[in-house]
Amino acid sequence: MTQLILRRLLMSIPLLLVVSLVVFVLGSLVPGDPAQTILGVDATPDAVAALRDKLGLDQPWYAQYFHWLSGVFHGDLGTSLYSGEPVVTTLAERLPVTLSLVSLSTLFCMVVGIGFGMLSAVRGGFLGRVVDTLSLAGLALPNFWVAVVLVTLFAVKLRVFPATGYTPLMTSPFYWIVGLVLPVCALSLAGIATIAKQTRSAVLDVLDRDYVRTFRASGVSEWSVLLKHALRNASIPVASVIGIHAIASLDATVFVENVFVLPGMGSLATQATLDHDLPVIEGVALYFTVIVIVVNLCVDIAYGLLNPKVRTA
Amino acid sequence: MTIATSTENSAGPSAGGAGAAPAGVIHAILRTPVGLACLIYLAIVVVACAIAPWIAPHDPLFQDLHAIGKGPNAAHLLGTDMLGRDVLSRLLYGGAYSLGGVLTAVVVLLIVAVPFGLLAGYAGGRVDRVISRVIDVAMSIPVIIILLAVLTIFNRNMTAAMIVFGLLGSSGLIRVVRGNVLSVREELYIDAARVIGLGPAQIAVRHVLPRTSGAIIVHVSIFAAISLGVQTGLSYLGLGVPPPAPTWGGMVGDAATVIQTNPWLLVPSGGVIAITVLAFGLLGDVVRDATSERAKTATGRTRLARRRGATADQKPAAAVVRDATAALLEGPNSAALLSVRGLTVAFGADDAATTVVENVSFDIFRGECVGLVGESGSGKTVTALSVLGLLKRVGRITGGSVSLEGHEISGLPEREKRRFRGTEIALISQEPMVALDPSFTIGDQLAEVVRSHARMKNKRVSRAAARKRAVELITAVNIPDPEVVAKRYPHQISGGQAQRVAIAAAIAGDPKLLIADEPTTALDVTVQAEILDLLRSLQAKNGIAVLLVTHDWGVVADLCDRALVMYAGQIVETADINRVFQLPLHPYTKALLEASPHLAVEGEPLPAIPGSVPRPKDWPTGCHFAARCRFATEDCLAAPVPLLKVGEERASRCIHTDQLMPEGRLVPEAVR
Ligand code: SF4
Repeated sequence: MTQLILRRLLMSIPLLLVVSLVVFVLGSLVPGDPAQTILGVDATPDAVAALRDKLGLDQPWYAQYFHWLSGVFHGDLGTSLYSGEPVVTTLAERLPVTLSLVSLSTLFCMVVGIGFGMLSAVRGGFLGRVVDTLSLAGLALPNFWVAVVLVTLFAVKLRVFPATGYTPLMTSPFYWIVGLVLPVCALSLAGIATIAKQTRSAVLDVLDRDYVRTFRASGVSEWSVLLKHALRNASIPVASVIGIHAIASLDATVFVENVFVLPGMGSLATQATLDHDLPVIEGVALYFTVIVIVVNLCVDIAYGLLNPKVRTA
Repeated sequence: MTIATSTENSAGPSAGGAGAAPAGVIHAILRTPVGLACLIYLAIVVVACAIAPWIAPHDPLFQDLHAIGKGPNAAHLLGTDMLGRDVLSRLLYGGAYSLGGVLTAVVVLLIVAVPFGLLAGYAGGRVDRVISRVIDVAMSIPVIIILLAVLTIFNRNMTAAMIVFGLLGSSGLIRVVRGNVLSVREELYIDAARVIGLGPAQIAVRHVLPRTSGAIIVHVSIFAAISLGVQTGLSYLGLGVPPPAPTWGGMVGDAATVIQTNPWLLVPSGGVIAITVLAFGLLGDVVRDATSERAKTATGRTRLARRRGATADQKPAAAVVRDATAALLEGPNSAALLSVRGLTVAFGADDAATTVVENVSFDIFRGECVGLVGESGSGKTVTALSVLGLLKRVGRITGGSVSLEGHEISGLPEREKRRFRGTEIALISQEPMVALDPSFTIGDQLAEVVRSHARMKNKRVSRAAARKRAVELITAVNIPDPEVVAKRYPHQISGGQAQRVAIAAAIAGDPKLLIADEPTTALDVTVQAEILDLLRSLQAKNGIAVLLVTHDWGVVADLCDRALVMYAGQIVETADINRVFQLPLHPYTKALLEASPHLAVEGEPLPAIPGSVPRPKDWPTGCHFAARCRFATEDCLAAPVPLLKVGEERASRCIHTDQLMPEGRLVPEAVR
């Protein structure tokens, strides 16, 4: 188990290098002069040259990359080309928003998705069709569209939830959660659907197993069969789907944060894209990758806890 | 084309060694209404967007100041936006941009993934390992952020972004192709091709690729659905072509700014994205179902037939002929521990039910061991499980009675059945390793059984006490170090130990009857003997009656007092064990005994019964065994053969038992 985690962590080092390198290499392929782009066409050649020097643009890309990389080890991700603020500072402000969204959405999907999946596995029929329809909708409706519709319905028409804005958890847990209800719903539709589907098929699979028959033949109650044995064994494949959803919802925050004007990393990345702010993008990419690694690690740990074969290996 | 592709599901490539040419896949799509609808819709949308300049009713950029924010009307079928531009025309032009992006991503995906997948699967070894490593890393890249970086660098060039998206998405397809190649590679005709002298590239293109195409289509259509979502999402953010050029995502964005005044605008833009994504996604599902369906029919049938005793095939219930002796049977024997009368079991839905166990009657008395013998497909396991009311969802008892000590138990609701399961009748399954829950320790599972038995009797047993009892049970089935074993998980013990644990679970409730379904089949020969010894000692010590389901005469001879021989859903012979071995009175019993390895004389070839058990839908009206019987005459097939009494406490379902008897001995009499 510990070995597994260590191996995962080791494997994540090349991943981080690859992601940052890809962004860098792509950056070096850009035709034209970033300094010129930043300063605009009216800038004097002197000013451009000064900026080039400051950004280290005259060095070859690998030298720039190593410079950036050594910065990373000192907790320095460069400064934003646009605001001039250190990227680390900006990201530190943005991180809690995105993390709140992703973790709440994951939690929400888990509870609702597993609940739906269990119910439809046992009750079948109508509920099964509800889950099927829901998963079609979850697959089909783009999350940014769902977000806009939610804003229209619940914020503009019914005025039950705020349309935009973010309140930090520390300031007011109540407003924190109220503000996140709609974005989390928009993020979760697809996740609920896929988790419910996976739960249903996994539970049905387990219920067909011999050991379930063993318990039934021994007079063990149906509740225990379902909630203890079926759920426990079904949770192993479901865990990986939950991990996949967590990663997908991280990506989706880019869209959803924009609709709800939440000051997270996703909206930051969008703005940075519009501003040509490469250091910020590079910083966000790094953070996102780290989050992906952490999620995968959590899934691995969950595997270990749920599956004795992994734990005792 | 009868072969079908195996496609990867979440668990990995299915092992169905069958594949389908693209033509077969397309045929499969066209046959289902959903597939056809998706295909037609996609064709219309793609063509319409492609020829937008010729068919669009208006210029997508023209602002009609007299028609601002209008709903659908004759001049503007889908209405106009807040600048008076025709929504339909904008959708058509925007579609070319959005779908073009999808096409770019898909083309890149195929160009990258197919060759690398083929290479990884076909070359194997180090190449495979390197590619797999790279994929592992690529799978964890946060895609959207990379796309944002690309858009930054390439100045919002959506084509560049979609190329990168195709590139990043290819890791999933590489896995699928690789998995399929691995499974196809092992097949014989690939070897044949190698022998003919085709090079690896030729084999890949000519043999491997066609059979992987189903899986590729599934993956590509789902990928197309996702990339449309991403493409429109990026345009929604305004990261693609700048306005006023129309894009689907951009139109949602425009609509979002005016939701207060004109919510209608969200409908056409969101709708076309949703339906198109859905069409791609459903198309993938259809192909997956079609290909896996056919893979199942191609390779799964034999497996299914073996496992379920060929019960999946259907025959109208009305056509089933009831045993003529049903009315003549005596009622349940209340002196017996278990008394089964006229038990009939059917599989499948009402209108298409197939009878798989027909009119089975037998008694089991306290402390005796009865062998239920027959080949696979004879219905013996179904009979045994229906006594406990543990048929799978598809099976149900359609007639007859099962009574335990004079009380009818077959019609009881599930809650009531729990009262006798484990405490009156317990079950030992065939495969011990899968009969235990892999997620809980042996001790936990036994303790749970102990506690639920107590609860049934309205007693409370503390966790610690249940735990202690679990260890006692493990001791009772002769496992050394019971304390240690209690803390183990099923995968940490051997098959023989697992079967002992299963027996421990079965005896935890002090049952009067143990149903053992092929308890030794999955075990090594030496372990088999130990398990049989254990069963025998339990039987002697606790006076438990055993119904032993088996195809092994050796086991029957070893343990049983009586034998019930089943063939094709019916009991064909029942007799005391010694007499069965001395003089089988049914041709099937005789043939089975002759085929039994335990009775074969060394050095002589082993006789096997020619033919196989007919599937339930193929059962003849007359004797079910007729097709394989060497004594069969026309009379045998004329009418159902009843169970005939032959001498004391013996019965045989054969009209020619005299043929089996030494000259001039017993003559079959009275119908039973
Ligand atoms: S009834 Fe006829 S076919 Fe059937 S077992 Fe007897 S002899 Fe054979």
